[in-house]
Amino acid sequence: MKGNEAIAHAAIRSGCDGYFGYPITPQSEVMETLMELKPWETTGMVVLQAESETASINMVYGAAGCGKRTMTSSSSPGISLMQEGMSYMAGAELPAVVVNVMRGGPGLGTIQPSQADYFQTVKGGGHGDYRVIALAPASVQEMADFTVLAFDLAFKYRVTCMLLADGVIGQMMEKVQLPPFRPRWTEEEIRRQTPWAIMGKTPDRKPNVITSLALQADEMEEINLRLQGRYREIEKNEVRFEEIMCDDAEYLVVAFGISARVSQKAVELARQEGHKIGLLRPITLYPFPTNEISRLADRVKGILTVELSAGQMVEDVRLAVNGRIPVEFYGRMGGIVPSPDEVLNALKEKVIRK
Amino acid sequence: MNTEQIINPANLVYKKPSVLNDVNMHYCPGCSHGVVHKLVAEVIEEMDIQDKTIGVAPVGCAVFAYKYLDIDFQEAAHGRAPAVATAIKRLLPDRYVFTYQGDGDLAAIGTAETIHACNRGENIVIIFINNGIYGMTGGQMAPTTLVGMKTATTPYGRNVELNGYPLNITPMLAQLDGTCYVTRQSVHNVANVRKTKKALRKAFENSMLKKGTSIVEVVSTCNSGWKLSPEASNDWMVENMFPKYPLGDLKDI
Repeated sequence: MKGNEAIAHAAIRSGCDGYFGYPITPQSEVMETLMELKPWETTGMVVLQAESETASINMVYGAAGCGKRTMTSSSSPGISLMQEGMSYMAGAELPAVVVNVMRGGPGLGTIQPSQADYFQTVKGGGHGDYRVIALAPASVQEMADFTVLAFDLAFKYRVTCMLLADGVIGQMMEKVQLPPFRPRWTEEEIRRQTPWAIMGKTPDRKPNVITSLALQADEMEEINLRLQGRYREIEKNEVRFEEIMCDDAEYLVVAFGISARVSQKAVELARQEGHKIGLLRPITLYPFPTNEISRLADRVKGILTVELSAGQMVEDVRLAVNGRIPVEFYGRMGGIVPSPDEVLNALKEKVIRK
Repeated sequence: MNTEQIINPANLVYKKPSVLNDVNMHYCPGCSHGVVHKLVAEVIEEMDIQDKTIGVAPVGCAVFAYKYLDIDFQEAAHGRAPAVATAIKRLLPDRYVFTYQGDGDLAAIGTAETIHACNRGENIVIIFINNGIYGMTGGQMAPTTLVGMKTATTPYGRNVELNGYPLNITPMLAQLDGTCYVTRQSVHNVANVRKTKKALRKAFENSMLKKGTSIVEVVSTCNSGWKLSPEASNDWMVENMFPKYPLGDLKDI
């Protein structure tokens, strides 16, 4: 099935309580599939088409406040509209899952695939000091698996977890093994697991208030310090990456999502020509595999970062390398996906022959 | 009556509703918010639904509504309360869910969310405080500011050519198939306070009948923003606001 369809199936199976969305190419199949599957008749999951991405994310905010597993999905321009809501959710410490099937920008851009929302995602696209966990699937299987993982991480840390996919992963069809069904949480479970949730004030407790407002500066700083503490925990515990042929590598490619799929082929082609190349694929873009890249930088002679953008993640790779070895970049923009040969040529011209 | 007789519970004729917290309000003396808060608290108490009621606070003067009502609350981004309430009600359909919004929140930045929540017929209550001004930010023009009315951003009075017309949004909402009860009330005298309470009670009751959205607009005063005494504000409201925003039921199905 398509990557977008896998997300819909996995959402229902992960015990999701509510999906709120607005159509936008190239991810409309997520809501279309949910509407076709009618989970409200089986698991009781609510699926609602909102009047805008702004409304969608605020519906997610409302539902997340109730301690419910809630998600939305969109593509780049729609995700820009959602940034306000994501900032509020960060401030109110609410768990939620947001899927971004990226397309080319800026502006209305194109419906073709892109990875140019990296900065927006990992540097905090809305206002204020906050982070979202960013998972970068590179296959339809990972679209399904990471949907489940995203809910678990979101609730573990009370943060938004984003699936940062691209138009290729969303649209391409692959075999997928869907995750097992797990039930939606009962109200008793929600009361126990998320005692902060608004479910109606019972006599045994004070009212729960979900807000991101703290007018007193010292109170607001305290909230920020708590959030930053949580982000340090996330950075310590949740870094995920995949290493392909890195053990004997003399040069390294760093790429995520569809760029990693293309780069893996380029690495294989390079090895056929006798070049010892490895691929590091960050699975979490935030937290970033800084330590692993730093470790590899002691062993390899140069790095090529490949992205569908003008070069965004390459900045984090350079921070990890800290000037020890050359870090070059190759990317295409506007919806163009490079071929493995293009990546191979870039490897030869920019990295190996230096 | 001596003091002892007065404080004898048997002679008690009025008390603060238990759902209203015993804290100082930040509202200006003379502001309508305090009265409406009290009425909401009374309705929740009388219907015995404190444990089933979830409020959604706006951005504006009522941003701190959650400090005054002893119920679970979620504070929405500016204008987004109907979207937030939509999700809460959909996921917890046996709860009473209401939004409490001012004119800027409901009729300017949140117009789309308001119209679409009403049009979907969400089984929620929308309480709409219309005082024709942005109180919290210091008295700027609101969508409902009357023509000629002076505000911080219309210092020479609202000029139609420059600022457009006052937005009379409630009749628009009454036209939508998703609304079941749309009414306009005020709290400037005892009779109207009682009517408003009755309207709020009906709106809360509607939200369990699957009839659609109930909207209670309360034409209100902002004496600080209007730069009038509380008493003069009431008179000004009757004289100027009521002709543009006449009281009464616009829809009751």
